[in-house]
Amino acid sequence: MNEIFAKLAMYMEFPFVRYAVIVGVLIALCSSLLGVTLVLKRFSFIGDGLSHVAFGALSVAAVLGMTNRMTVVLPITLVAAVLLLRAGKEAKIKGDAAIAMISVTSLAFGYLLMNLFSASANVSGDVCSTLFGSTSILTLTKQEVWLSVALSVVILLIFVLFYQKIFAVTFDEDFARAVGTNAGRYNLIIAVVVAVIIVLAMNLVGSLLISAFVIFPALSSMRLFHTFFSVTVCSAVLSVLCALSGILLSVLAGTPVGATVVAMDAAAFLFCCAAGEIRGGV
Amino acid sequence: MPQIVCENLTLGYGGETIVEGLTFSVDAGMYLCVVGENGAGKSTLMKTILGLHTPLSGRVAFGDGLRQREIGYLSQQTDVQRDFPASVREIVLSGCQGRMGLWPFYHREEKELAARNMERMGVADLADRCYRDLSGGQQQRVLLARALCATQKLLLLDEPVSGLDPVVTADMYRVIEELHQSGVTILMITHDVTEALPYATHILHLGRRRFFGTRDEYLRDRQSAFSLDGKEETR
Repeated sequence: MNEIFAKLAMYMEFPFVRYAVIVGVLIALCSSLLGVTLVLKRFSFIGDGLSHVAFGALSVAAVLGMTNRMTVVLPITLVAAVLLLRAGKEAKIKGDAAIAMISVTSLAFGYLLMNLFSASANVSGDVCSTLFGSTSILTLTKQEVWLSVALSVVILLIFVLFYQKIFAVTFDEDFARAVGTNAGRYNLIIAVVVAVIIVLAMNLVGSLLISAFVIFPALSSMRLFHTFFSVTVCSAVLSVLCALSGILLSVLAGTPVGATVVAMDAAAFLFCCAAGEIRGGV
Repeated sequence: MPQIVCENLTLGYGGETIVEGLTFSVDAGMYLCVVGENGAGKSTLMKTILGLHTPLSGRVAFGDGLRQREIGYLSQQTDVQRDFPASVREIVLSGCQGRMGLWPFYHREEKELAARNMERMGVADLADRCYRDLSGGQQQRVLLARALCATQKLLLLDEPVSGLDPVVTADMYRVIEELHQSGVTILMITHDVTEALPYATHILHLGRRRFFGTRDEYLRDRQSAFSLDGKEETR
């Protein structure tokens, strides 16, 4: 046991490991908060769709040889989030179909671009790391860490300030609108925040695994708790614990970061299911 | 001055007209039942009154101190709500959301209002229970308590007894009647005319045979319609 701690302490000396832990925990916290709303609104797949859009945007940025990729990826993902949300209401192609269509199109488009124009010798390696996140969280620059910290603080503030409205709009949108709550505005806020989280989370888990990151903590805590507040808090705590242990484990064992964290999330879900059964047979 | 005036309303979706030239008004103290076949436009009318749906033509006006935002709305349950992890207290409190404007948290005032309405609907002892674990009747009482947080004057109920068993249904009608007696105007959509009729003061029938008037007029109208051997009579 002591050996493990000694090894961990040794790794923590490296700034890139510290950065990974800080950013990982923050992303886990933010994504779990909105996960509860997304799962309850039946929007679980929005995370998946948006992350594929972000993948497409990332390949554009890579092909153009841009150094600061966030400046391309973030706006494109934001626009896609807003469009998907609007599409859910008015468009001819509805909800899940729209998401599926946009997500596969941008995935294919991104891969095509990377294959045709990439300057790098290892195209499949690049694609793989974008899809699964592999090591990119360990190569974060100081600038990216600060950006992640700033965005996370903004997201947390938004969530705390709009918590009651988000609850109201999630539980009963018609009632909320009937008493004068601008449901459209809060749906827009939710979409924007989700887009920001997805772009941040791509560094950690890559675009294929993001939905797991968003929905697992919410699903797990719904097995155990029965009020919106306790579900939200539990989901945040679980998500942070899983991210932390997953990142440390991956550093120790040399496994891919994203996949390890998601495996921890899945294990936590199974545990919560079992605990929920034993406690009350929900 | 009536609380709600609907003038020459034409309602519809995507170019299709469901209701045309509808005029009626709701006075304080009324117990108005909106009845009619499926697809006659009952729910669309409700949504129009609440401002969730724009009429194709005509207008809805509010008076007698009632504002559109101050209508207590009991909506039909959605799939999302059936397995929603939220406590009774959280849900009832959300009825106060219209009173806070942009302020992000509830004050003590709102918490007391929510507590009073839970007491009034007899769900105070369920305050910390999870909504999805309650029976259908209890859930409706919780949603009524929430609607009461949004209004002092007028409740708009959309099929309040759908899916409830006969005993609970009778209980629900009694609760609504008590609210009516205490001075709340009731506007209720229902397809269960016979059950609702004893309590209603006025009836609005949408569909082929449109009718608006008091309950007694409605009963007479119905009788004469039957004595004509079911001949179609359009108004």
